[in-house]
Amino acid sequence: MSTVYRFGPSVPIQCHAWSSDRSALAISHNDNTVEVHQKGPGGWKQTEVLAQHDLRVNDIDWAPKTNRIVTCSADRNAYVWVQGPDGKWKHTLVLLRINRAATCVRWSPQENKFAVGSGARIISVCYFEQENDWWVAKHIRKPLRSTITTIDWHPNNILLAAGSTDFKVRVFSTYIKEIEPKPAATEWGAKMPFTNLMAEFSNSPTGGGWIHAVSFSADGTRLAWVGHDSSIAIADAPNGMVMMKLKTSLLPLLTMTWISPNKIIAAGHDCVPVLFTVDSAGRLSQGPRLEDGTVIEASVTSSAMNMFRNKDRVGQELLDSKLSSTHQNQICSLRILDGSKEGATRISTTAGDGVLVMWDLQTLSAKIQDLKL
Amino acid sequence: MSKNTNSSAFRQIDVDKYSEDNYKEELDNEPVPAGPNENEIVALLTSNRQTEALKNVLANSPIGNRNQVVKDASLSLVLRVLLSFKTSQIDEAVKQLDSETRDVLMKYIYRGFEVPNEGSSAQLLVWHEKVFALSGVGSIVRVLTDKKKV
Repeated sequence: MSTVYRFGPSVPIQCHAWSSDRSALAISHNDNTVEVHQKGPGGWKQTEVLAQHDLRVNDIDWAPKTNRIVTCSADRNAYVWVQGPDGKWKHTLVLLRINRAATCVRWSPQENKFAVGSGARIISVCYFEQENDWWVAKHIRKPLRSTITTIDWHPNNILLAAGSTDFKVRVFSTYIKEIEPKPAATEWGAKMPFTNLMAEFSNSPTGGGWIHAVSFSADGTRLAWVGHDSSIAIADAPNGMVMMKLKTSLLPLLTMTWISPNKIIAAGHDCVPVLFTVDSAGRLSQGPRLEDGTVIEASVTSSAMNMFRNKDRVGQELLDSKLSSTHQNQICSLRILDGSKEGATRISTTAGDGVLVMWDLQTLSAKIQDLKL
Repeated sequence: MSKNTNSSAFRQIDVDKYSEDNYKEELDNEPVPAGPNENEIVALLTSNRQTEALKNVLANSPIGNRNQVVKDASLSLVLRVLLSFKTSQIDEAVKQLDSETRDVLMKYIYRGFEVPNEGSSAQLLVWHEKVFALSGVGSIVRVLTDKKKV
């Protein structure tokens, strides 16, 4: 089943991130602040507002093990927030050394570094330098030629996938010899010096639209992404980097995640999450939506004159601008609530209607056929 | 003032296009199809094998060809084929195409809308409806996002 939470006015929620025990939530309402809400017996209460950025906050990520929040913004900065003993969040500025907006940020799996994608065609990989008590940013520049829109880490803490507005997805190595041991070889390649491009995939020979979201599977052998040409694609590293693309008949998808080794949930402009399955041959197929459209009760009290006037003006008899889905606007971010990419049982989505919806995949799989998880 | 500022031709130079940071389109030198063979298509049309003509003309479409004349020539060929169908046959023909070809067909339908002539738009609207029923909004999104135009 899905539960709906509203946080204040209906301003789009651009991004959200959960604390490790899911009792706290950080959201940003498309402005320069981040609100931290705590779940209590009486529902959600806003405990703090992290207001340090000058321009719109583009992405938030909450590290589960070390309990740190990183936010990045259009003001070309990122802040790392640490919770003090009194519960208040203290910020530390991270100089990314970029001259354009930061678009996306993610902690690495071991949380000793984080990567920030930006409009400056640079990915900043930041790690904490103990001697100077300072976050250092190292840049990945070549061969990025356009804004990075989305990033995702490989479970080995070294490889980073980045989707960009030049319609390509790339896998880089972010090995920083100061803080980590040399990585073992993976399916993506053996040599992993810093900024090495391990693989590059073009979304389509005919262009293909911006890449909106990219995600490694739980074991890191497969990489999936969604593009603005209403497609979803998977690259399989052990099988010779073969790419399999599915062009859907939906509106473009904006965000996605793996919820099991062969299932992906993606959501976007259609305002409903959709399940995709990968079969044993590596082929993608579209599954059911997580909810069927509910029939909207048309307002019965419209007079005959209004009906004909609408038919003349708009072409429909009854003006209904309410969508038949829970979300009334495009879903811009999707996170796993319970579980992991190995097997997720609940996911949460936020959309342009300012609402957060939690989807319980297990009860939904009982209700909707084909949603066998 | 000195002589070299008499000419204001320097004001016509667009300095921004010489900036290094500009995104340059990758000029891939892949061979592009040269377009369908007109005689073949006309032959297929006169012998009433419209669906075959449709498949032929869509399979050989010069997508991404930088020569606009070639693209215009194939556009008029495709429109001829599309308008030669009777309304009742359209559904059957569209069902026989695979999804890639339907995307190409949708691109041609929208290009056909751009150059309306006698009654063509009405027929194209029927085509649009049939292709939309099978390929959904996704095919229309791909008409808008694909860089290589038809």
